[in-house]
Amino acid sequence: MADYLNSYLFIGAILFTLGAFGVLVRRNIIVVLLSVELMLQGVNLSLGAFSTFYHDMGGYMLVLLSLAIAAAEAVVGLAILVALSRHVDEFYVDRLKSLRW
Amino acid sequence: MSEAPWLIPLSPLIAFAINGSLGPRYLKRATGIVGSLGILASFLLTIGLWLDLPKEDSQREYILYRWLESGSLRIDIGFTLDELTVVMLLVVTGVSFLIHVYSNAYMDHDNSFARFFTWLPLFVFSMIMLVMANNFLSLFVFWEMVGVCSYFLIGFWHNRDSANNAAMKAFITNRVGDFGFAAGIFLIFWNFGTVNYSEVHGAIGTITNGAATTIALLLFIGAMGKSAQFPLHIWLPDAMEGPTPVSALIHAATMVTAGIFMVGRNIPIFEAGGVSLIVIGGIGAFTALFAATIAVTQTDIKRVLAYSTVSQLGLMFLALGSGAYVAALFHLATHAFFKALLFLGSGSVIHSMQNEQNMHEYGGLKSKLPWTYATYVIGGLALSAIFPLAGFWSKDEILAGAFFRGASSNGDVLFLLFWIMGLTASLLTAFYTFRMIHLTFHGMPRNRALYDHAHESPWLMILPLVLLAVLSIAAGIGLGFPPEHGIIHDYLHHVIHSKHFELTGDSTIIVSLAIISTAIALIGVMAASSIYQRGRPRPEAMGKLFPALYTLSYKKYYVDELVEILVIKSSKAAGFVLWAIDAKLVDGMVNLLGWLIKAFSSIGRRVQTGQVQNYVLIMATGLVVSLGIIMVMQ
Repeated sequence: MADYLNSYLFIGAILFTLGAFGVLVRRNIIVVLLSVELMLQGVNLSLGAFSTFYHDMGGYMLVLLSLAIAAAEAVVGLAILVALSRHVDEFYVDRLKSLRW
Repeated sequence: MSEAPWLIPLSPLIAFAINGSLGPRYLKRATGIVGSLGILASFLLTIGLWLDLPKEDSQREYILYRWLESGSLRIDIGFTLDELTVVMLLVVTGVSFLIHVYSNAYMDHDNSFARFFTWLPLFVFSMIMLVMANNFLSLFVFWEMVGVCSYFLIGFWHNRDSANNAAMKAFITNRVGDFGFAAGIFLIFWNFGTVNYSEVHGAIGTITNGAATTIALLLFIGAMGKSAQFPLHIWLPDAMEGPTPVSALIHAATMVTAGIFMVGRNIPIFEAGGVSLIVIGGIGAFTALFAATIAVTQTDIKRVLAYSTVSQLGLMFLALGSGAYVAALFHLATHAFFKALLFLGSGSVIHSMQNEQNMHEYGGLKSKLPWTYATYVIGGLALSAIFPLAGFWSKDEILAGAFFRGASSNGDVLFLLFWIMGLTASLLTAFYTFRMIHLTFHGMPRNRALYDHAHESPWLMILPLVLLAVLSIAAGIGLGFPPEHGIIHDYLHHVIHSKHFELTGDSTIIVSLAIISTAIALIGVMAASSIYQRGRPRPEAMGKLFPALYTLSYKKYYVDELVEILVIKSSKAAGFVLWAIDAKLVDGMVNLLGWLIKAFSSIGRRVQTGQVQNYVLIMATGLVVSLGIIMVMQ
């Protein structure tokens, strides 16, 4: 098991980095939200790997918690998106800046 | 009635509540009946109180309930049940009732009939509470209440600018007096720890002469405002913008006498206040003469009566200052009758002349308005103090009081001067009264169109005139004969008596003083007759004789203009300076601060691009840098 830990962590790090990259460079809000989910899953994967490695169910509990929260967060985020879609035509983050100073 | 004196103010209050809530929509003309009945009930209850007045001093204060309590200050809503209250209540409710009856006819064509009969009972309620109060705070509250009612009624025709301005002028001028009055009450509480009349009067010996003088003078400033004494008299003539019954009730017969009443109620304070009585006498005498000289040249019939009221109030203050307290209250009562009569009579004339108030447009109305004419002449004779009408007895006593105060061994010689001023005022009073009567009723009509339409007023207006005329004839001899020992003197003796002044002399002096004042009044009457009666009266006859004096008097000694310059313009200038400091300096500093912050932040806010991804990048960079630092440190 110990041999595989690094590969799990590696994949988790790749997922997280891909997500972070997506959040930073993609302009479409839906894709940005998807990328946030990707980052989350990267972290969850690492947590699961550690949990198995240390024979401690705490890690999986944390994963379940974060999944629940992520689901709630996705609901709120999508609801905002739906509301937003009634006012604007383009879902591009760099266009949506009317709330700055 | 002494068990439930609160019924007396209650009935006008109920009339006010009914008329105010249901009047405009449902009752309409019936509000006049409701109002009149409310006052009539009050008048009858007052007679009940008169017959059933408690004899024991301990029962003469009726406490309804405790109004407020704060620290050592305890204020009750209570009533003073004594002879002074009864006399004032009889005058207030009696005259008010007659004027309510009269108003039913006078206001008949007015669209705001119900509003009129809402404020009028409220005024009567406030006035009743004012005279029945047993402490200074209640007095002050209802003192203000009558002021508010006066404001509403002066500005009754609120679509006229002049009426609104007059109402504000009355209100603001009274504030000047009230400032002094309130300060006086504060000082009373400061010195005595109570504002109850009897407690204050009982403890009057415990304070220094200086404190008593200050209190007395401050209270008198309040009385000057309410009773229109120089230089706070300027509001009363303008108050004639209100409907004539209001002028009769509030600005001649009742409210303006509140100052006299207040001084009469608090004689112990004023007697303890050393010089204050001389000040009161001096201002009274001066105002009496000053206002009388103005009344001589006015052309508006109601303004003549207004200045006459100011002048008569001055005489009452002269009496108070001389120590002839009963004479002042006696004159207050008789004046209420004949001045209400004259005002209502002038209202009858104005009513028949289609609201024309300029006497130049009158003339020859004697045959057109016989009842008004007859009662008006009676009122005029009473005002001129012709024997044996009401005004003679009371005014003669005032002048005799001033004379004796000046002539007696421990008196003040100044009062001889005041006496002469009072005599001159009586001469002018007789003169302007008969000038008014000649211009209005005698001679040839000067405005044919108005004259032809003139008609006698309805009986509802004539009846109060006749009743008041009877009172104007009989009240003097009935109440005040023999002089100094009439019914009113004996009646008021328990409440109002001087501790300091003995204002009597032997009968020869009294009779000769009476003859002097009658002779002077007759001279005034004859002078007016000789100038205005012969043939076709020419109102401008006086003006031709002494043009400079005439203009000075006609322009009311330019007091209004002086006030305009000294008070209003200078207040406005001071206000402008203060406004400039506030708007430019204070606001400028605050605005400068805001502007500076805005300028600095215009640099800082460039960081906030509004691009979410920028923020994320910064966060991520920050995270990496922080983690890097932590790793390097380890």
